Amino acid sequence: MPSLVEIRNLSVHFPVKSGLLQRQTGVVKALDDVSLKIDKGSTLGLVGESGSGKTTLGRVLVRLQNPTSGSASYDGQEITSLDGSALRPYRKRIQMVFQDPYNSLNPRLRIGTILAEPLEIHFPKMSASDRSARVAELLKLVGLDPAHARRFPHEFSGGQRQRIGIARALAVEPEFIICDEPVSALDVSVQAQIVNLLMDLQDQFDLTYLFIAHDLAVIEHVSDQVAVLEHGKLVEEGSAETITRHPSHPYTQRLLASVPAL
Amino acid sequence: MVADLFQSLLRRPAGLVSAILLILLYGAAALAPFLAPTIPSAQDLNRTYHPPTTLVWQEGRLCVRLYRLVDPSTATYEPLPGQAAPLRWFSEGPPYKLFGLITSKTHLVTVESPAALYLLGSDATGRDVFTRLLYGAGISLGIGIVGVFLTSLLGLTIGGLAGYLGGWADSLAMRLTEFLMAVPGLYLLLALRAALSSRFPSDATFLLIVVILSALGWAGTARVVRGLVLSLRERPFILATNILGQRPTVILFRHLLPNTFSYLVVAATLSVPGYILGEAALSFLGLGIQEPSSSWGLMLGQAQDIKIFMLNFWWLLTPGAAIILTVIAFNLLGDALRDAVDPRFRLPGR
Repeated sequence: MPSLVEIRNLSVHFPVKSGLLQRQTGVVKALDDVSLKIDKGSTLGLVGESGSGKTTLGRVLVRLQNPTSGSASYDGQEITSLDGSALRPYRKRIQMVFQDPYNSLNPRLRIGTILAEPLEIHFPKMSASDRSARVAELLKLVGLDPAHARRFPHEFSGGQRQRIGIARALAVEPEFIICDEPVSALDVSVQAQIVNLLMDLQDQFDLTYLFIAHDLAVIEHVSDQVAVLEHGKLVEEGSAETITRHPSHPYTQRLLASVPAL
Repeated sequence: MVADLFQSLLRRPAGLVSAILLILLYGAAALAPFLAPTIPSAQDLNRTYHPPTTLVWQEGRLCVRLYRLVDPSTATYEPLPGQAAPLRWFSEGPPYKLFGLITSKTHLVTVESPAALYLLGSDATGRDVFTRLLYGAGISLGIGIVGVFLTSLLGLTIGGLAGYLGGWADSLAMRLTEFLMAVPGLYLLLALRAALSSRFPSDATFLLIVVILSALGWAGTARVVRGLVLSLRERPFILATNILGQRPTVILFRHLLPNTFSYLVVAATLSVPGYILGEAALSFLGLGIQEPSSSWGLMLGQAQDIKIFMLNFWWLLTPGAAIILTVIAFNLLGDALRDAVDPRFRLPGR
C-alpha cells in the first residue's frame, strides 16, 4: 500500500544575514535532507527538542513554509509546488491543530462563526441552517455543548479552546491532520483528555496524524511510528515500541533518559 | 453588536457621562441656529464687551436684567436696580437656515429690544459670545469628527495593506509616512494651506482644513495599523485561516483589521481633540475659519488682545473652556470604548 504522505530529501534552510549590508553570513538548517513516510490511518510521532525542526516540517506540509530543496507528496501528488486553485483541494484534505490554544482562535469572533468559516470556504453550497446544524454537530463531536457556539473564545479554558481548534480542523472533513504540539500548553489532566479525543476521532473518521511533540510519554501513547529529529536531521525512525524500548541512537537515548520518572 | 457596545458603555460612568456630554455638544452644534438667541454676525456697537447678563425670577417669569454703560473706556456695565425684561420663548428673531435647508425665524429664546440677552457676554463688536460659541461648535466639532473619520479610513487602508502585502507596497507606504512625520507639523500645515488654498473657494475653508489635517494625520495611524497587522499575521488564528484556504481579502477584512479596531477606536477618539486643536491653531493664526463664520479657535484668536486680560473679560475665553471640556470628554470616552469593544473586557452578567 502506498503511503499517504511521502517526504523525500526535504531541506529548509534559513539564511543568516548580518552586518550593515545584510550579507548572508551563514545558514540555519531547520530541516536537512529529511525523508519520511506516513501510512494512511496511522500516526507518525515526531519528536525532538525545541529548534529541532519539528514545527518547520509541519509548516511545509500545510504550505506555510516553502522548502529549499526536496519534495513532499500527498496521495501521490507533489504539493510543495502547488499554488492557488490547484492547492485548494489539499486545503480541505490537510488540516492543522495548533500548540497555543489562546492564540489559535480569533478573539473577535463567536465560536459559531469560527467553525462556520471552513464550511463557507469548502462547502459553499451549504445553506445557513445546515451550517449551524453542522457547527452544533462539530461541537458535540469534540465534547462541547452546541449552545457554546454563541460564546467568544475568551470564555473558554485552554482545554476547551483546544477542542474548538480540533473542531475547526475537522469541519472540512480532512484526511490528514498535523497536530503541532497540541497538548504541550495544557495541564497534564487536560492533556490526557485531548489526546484521547484525538485518538477517538482517528478511529471514527479514519484520520492520519502527524503528531508533533517533545513529550515522549505522549508520543509513545499515540504513535504507530516515531521519527526523531535532531538539529533538522532525522536521526532515528521506527515503530513506537522499538524507539521507546530500544533506542539505538544516542540522541534518542538521551531524550528518553531526560523523561522524568515518577 | 451596536447594542452590545451601548450596553457595556452604559456600565461605565465616566464613559457614559462623556458620551452624554458629547451628544449634547453635537446636538447643540446641529441645532445652533435655533438654540442661539440671535445670529453670529449681529453686532451692537453700543454694547461691546458686555458682561454676561444675569437672569432673575420676577413677576412669575424668568427675566433678564437691564444694564447701563458706566465707563465706555473700560467697558464697565452696571445693572439697573429692579429693572428687567421678560424672556420670550419660541419667539421670532433674525431669520436662519436650520441644517442649511429649513428657513425659520423661531428662536428658543429672545428678549425685547432695549434689553439684550448675553448669556456669555459680548465681544469687541457687541456680538453675542454664546451664539458664536454655538455656531462655532458646529465647525470645530465637525472638523474633529470628519477629520478623524478620513484619517482612520486612510490609515486603516494604507497601514493594513502595507502590513499584509509587505514588499514594495510596504516600503513605499512607510517611506511616505516617514516623510510626513519628519517634516515639522506646523510648517507642513502652513505649507499645505498655502498650496491648497487656491484650489478651494473661500467658503469651503472648512473642507480645506479637514483635508489638510487628515493629510497630516493618517501617517501615525497607518504605521501603528501596519505594525499590528504584521504581528497579527503570524498569530496561529491567522495561520489557521491560511491553512483553510481563505481568500486574502477575507483574511484581511474579517480577521486582521477587526483585531486592530480596539486600538483604532481608542486612537480615533483620542485624536479627535488633535483636530479640534489643529483647527484652533490654524484659526488662531488667522489661516483657518474666516469671519464672519465663527469657530472656537477663531474666537480664541480674537481674545488674545491684552485689553481682555487686563480688564478681565473672562467670558471671551469660554471657547477655551469648551475645547478643554470636549477634549476631556473625548479622552474619557476613548478609554471607555476601548474596554467596550474588546470582548475580553466585556463585563460578566450578559
